[in-house]
Amino acid sequence: METLLLSRIQFAANISFHILFPTITIALGWVLLFFKVRFQTSGDEKWMDAYRFWVKVFALSFAMGVVSGITMSFQFGTNWPGFMEIVGNIAGPLLAYEIMTAFFLEAVFLGIMLFGFSRVPGWLHTGATFLVAFGTTMSAFWIIVLNSWMHTPQGFEMRDGVAHATDWMEIIFNPSMPYRFFHMLLASFLTVSFLIAGISAFRWLIGGRTSGVRAALKTSIYAAALLIPVQIFVGDLHGLNTLEHQPAKVAAMEGNWETDTNVPLLLFAIPDEEARENRMEVGIPNLASIILTHKADGEVPGLNDFVTEDGEVLHPRVAPVFWSFRVMVGTGMLMLLMSWSVSIMMLRKRTVNGVRARAGVEGLPKFVLYGLVAMSFSGWLATLAGWYTTEIGRQPWLVQGVMTTEMAVADVPPGMVLSTLIGYLAIYAVLLVAYISVIFFLAKRTADGKSIEARVPQSEEAEAIVAAE
Amino acid sequence: MGMFGDPAVWLPFIFATLMGLSILIYVVLDGFDLGVGLLFPLATPDEKDRMIASIGPFWDANETWLVLAVGLLLVAFPIAHGTILTALYLPVAIMLTGLILRGVAFEFRVKAPTSHKERWNWAFFAGSAMTSVSQGFMLGMYIMGLQFTWATIAFALLTSVFLTVGYSFIGATWLIGKTEHELQKKSVEWAKGGIWGIILGIAAISLASPLTSARIWDKWLSWPEIFVLSPLPIISVLLIGGLWYGLRRLPAEGDKGAWLPFSGTIALFVLAFGGLAYSFYPYVVPEKITIYEAASAPESLFIILIGTCFVLPAILLYTALAYIVFRGKATELRYD
Repeated sequence: METLLLSRIQFAANISFHILFPTITIALGWVLLFFKVRFQTSGDEKWMDAYRFWVKVFALSFAMGVVSGITMSFQFGTNWPGFMEIVGNIAGPLLAYEIMTAFFLEAVFLGIMLFGFSRVPGWLHTGATFLVAFGTTMSAFWIIVLNSWMHTPQGFEMRDGVAHATDWMEIIFNPSMPYRFFHMLLASFLTVSFLIAGISAFRWLIGGRTSGVRAALKTSIYAAALLIPVQIFVGDLHGLNTLEHQPAKVAAMEGNWETDTNVPLLLFAIPDEEARENRMEVGIPNLASIILTHKADGEVPGLNDFVTEDGEVLHPRVAPVFWSFRVMVGTGMLMLLMSWSVSIMMLRKRTVNGVRARAGVEGLPKFVLYGLVAMSFSGWLATLAGWYTTEIGRQPWLVQGVMTTEMAVADVPPGMVLSTLIGYLAIYAVLLVAYISVIFFLAKRTADGKSIEARVPQSEEAEAIVAAE
Repeated sequence: MGMFGDPAVWLPFIFATLMGLSILIYVVLDGFDLGVGLLFPLATPDEKDRMIASIGPFWDANETWLVLAVGLLLVAFPIAHGTILTALYLPVAIMLTGLILRGVAFEFRVKAPTSHKERWNWAFFAGSAMTSVSQGFMLGMYIMGLQFTWATIAFALLTSVFLTVGYSFIGATWLIGKTEHELQKKSVEWAKGGIWGIILGIAAISLASPLTSARIWDKWLSWPEIFVLSPLPIISVLLIGGLWYGLRRLPAEGDKGAWLPFSGTIALFVLAFGGLAYSFYPYVVPEKITIYEAASAPESLFIILIGTCFVLPAILLYTALAYIVFRGKATELRYD
């Protein structure tokens, strides 16, 4: 395989692995702050119980995010030197601001947040929790500013083939930034909601029926139920913004080859890049036109508009974009269904022993709890699918209309890239398995009533659970 | 900006200084926690927990200085960033793998089932070793002008051994200050065993860099430079002598002087780094690209500089806060 493709796979593997953990820490930081503040205002120990469990997951996720993030800052240079050579004047300051305003803030105060509870006054500990949450969000902000600029660049001029900044406000507040930023923040909150709901359901099922687990489960399900409609709305706005600025991507998402009116929404199709048509289409008439233009006879751009006279293809490969988009939307719909039905089950009133009260967590049938466990990491699936849609959808451009991905790649022998790629993939696979099993292991250990930090020999039973994950 | 002279001159200089400062802070700070990882196999299980506790609240922020250093190279000298990192492709990959392993081992070793703890302890050591060895190798290759021949690779392998032993030395001196009783005594022995890494490392680099470059030779060994610069090697030799002598008298009554070896080592690192910086200025890619040729556009550097003026003091302040909060002997790491 050639260096370009291998480098792309390596960067994709790296950034896919990396984004899993910020997706958790961005929102989990704020959720921890919520638990901490609820504890301090109510004095109810259940909130501190929830805090103590989830701060461990936070620490673990944070470490995974940090180390996989360092890898990326080096890969810009080892694999993509052309990126900084051409657009470094724009990307550089944005990355520098991310490091300076976010990385140090979160890294330093994380120490106080994790280990300082008994060493510093309460306000400083809560303050450290706030600054860590704020830091992760700032980090997301700057990196999404840069990413959005790569999709919808503005505020610069080209001199001798190098981009120079002309207006920083235009660069930072580029057209797709607000949509992408809020879409990602909501994705993070939904990912964390389903993670907390799933792990809490797991703890509930194996007998850890504490008030802390109950509080975490309720909070996360209600949060998911409230946020998912907002996410669908923001996602729709983001799609309309993409239609305006990157029509080729929307054409690929819809699997639409010819620009036309009354375009159906395809539920299933096998896009054929060679024949430039779809096979086995199943669609709902007019719906794509309605979603994208809010009119049944609205015009939807087609992929054939993005092929030049001499046959150069300036749109992304269709199948990966088409399918990633459907996986994202499908997972989102499942989240909507799940969070609303579980909320309704918990909110309905019933009479137990002559007392009429809300059903709560006790009112959830077992199969629903198992369903929540199965959806623990559904947020990861939707987030990755969404990023694949938008990033593959930008190809062949690296910076839309400014430079192609090919222009950035390093002249490193393919064998060398292949060897590092295999190394990274092996490590990521091991770490992912370790991460997921340790989360379930922590859940199991707390359900057994043991302190997480205590160094006690584990029963064979606990080992078996971990082995089964 | 006019009154300060040409921004295309002073901006690259400021950024080279900032980058050098970040590398130096990184080498000292992550140096000691990498060193603690390197000493891991020599410790008992209880001592391992204590050693981790001594660096637990700091390691993450320590590594952020590496991100800042490579970030500054990336944003201020993009051409150099590409040239250096593609030349060092494999050692960078090994270093990153090492950083990943040790970073996650911190968390996993206490959160995974107890029966897995040994494996994560091993990963922590292996990650620290991979990181140190590859950093030493890159340092050697950089001094050799990023030219790959058998001789330069042999030199780089030598520096990788010296830097690794050097890191374990500063790690041991950190533990002398941070621990007590049996582990402190052990740390003194480790430091005594590791001091030769520092001595040979500094000696090798001091001899090799003027010998490989006539330019560096002239910078050090012509009059009056040789006179003006003479305090640098003299103070270094005195510091090494002081460390050698001091280590023989530790641990002392009432824990006196427990932080002296660590402070002395930092001073030594600063001097060695200052010497290197002096040798290579104004080049960022040795003998090929100067900081002035590699620099980003002044308007981009300026916008970063404005932020830096506000943010860097804040970073230094709250980093100091963390070291104050977690001062004193390392106790068991607890979340509550």
